[in-house]
Amino acid sequence: MRVIAAGLLAFVLAGVAWAGSRAPVLDAPRGEKCVEDAATMRRSHMDFLRHQRDETVHRGIRGARHSLAGCVECHANAKDGAVLGSPSHFCQGCHAYAAVKLDCFECHASRTRAAQAGRPARSP
Amino acid sequence: MNPVDTSRRAFLGGTAAFAGVALAPGILLYEYAAAKAPGEAVSSAVRWGMLVDTTRCASGCTACVDACHSEHGVPKPARPTDAQWIRKVELKDLRTGAVRSAPVMCQHCAEPPCVDVCPTGASFKRADGIVLVDRHTCIGCRYCMMACPYKARSFVHEPTAGQKTDTPRGKGCVESCNLCVHRVDRGGTPACVEACADAGHRAIVFGDLNDPASEIAQRVRAATTTQLRADLRTDNGVRYLGL
Repeated sequence: MRVIAAGLLAFVLAGVAWAGSRAPVLDAPRGEKCVEDAATMRRSHMDFLRHQRDETVHRGIRGARHSLAGCVECHANAKDGAVLGSPSHFCQGCHAYAAVKLDCFECHASRTRAAQAGRPARSP
Repeated sequence: MNPVDTSRRAFLGGTAAFAGVALAPGILLYEYAAAKAPGEAVSSAVRWGMLVDTTRCASGCTACVDACHSEHGVPKPARPTDAQWIRKVELKDLRTGAVRSAPVMCQHCAEPPCVDVCPTGASFKRADGIVLVDRHTCIGCRYCMMACPYKARSFVHEPTAGQKTDTPRGKGCVESCNLCVHRVDRGGTPACVEACADAGHRAIVFGDLNDPASEIAQRVRAATTTQLRADLRTDNGVRYLGL
């Protein structure tokens, strides 16, 4: 049993090390910190978004903490103002790495308001 | 006993005076109900509506249509199957020759047929009377399009690009006028109303039908207005003057 556990641990560590070397290099976000700490966001951002989308669509609650538009405003690429487009763009890069389909931007805007209006993509 | 009685009386007097102060600007309470804070849920104390004054609406003017479609990132409709949130309609009385022009969009019914038929609950009416499609739950069956007496809804047949932040839209869902819900939630007015005023016509009035002090409630009270297909008893939030 102990041997199996040790073997499993070694396998996981090797996996982490391998993953670490190939982790995506993503666009630097704007601002100092996100709405939650990075570990929470990585694990739960989809739940936050799903909860808040219902609050916004059905109850008209706007400007709350976990909004998709908020994600885009801070994490967009500084040049083109988008979160999709290349493996270094924030949303696309990580979703490709994690092999999770990204459906949000089939309908939602993937560019900042400034980029949509043809202004400089993002203030630093 | 005596000291207790007097203090209680003084206390009651004080509360009565306070209540008087609070009641006197009671209209304020109403204004607060209309201009909700962005983080607050919508309330059924408000009933958003529009009044279209067809005597002021200019034939051939499409300011409201253009403003709506650019506000929501909807491409200019070119084919019959393209999405169309608002359209201009010309009515002519063949006996008298009288011509009336008016925009027709989602009428934001109090009893919306589109909500009745929706199998997933995607078509719904918000507490403040705005009828919306929740695209997260819309399966694109188009029952609502068949149920709507006003042809207000469109189906998006092709992939979309260039969406606006406030108006997500995509292939496979039904959509319609949402009364510029993103603007209304922030205390603004719909894009068509602004565009009509900018074009100098001021034919569309937007406001809270439940607030007796609002411009729309006063106009609706002062003159006879028509709800389209009132025989269906859908109790539309959009009313027409001079039809």
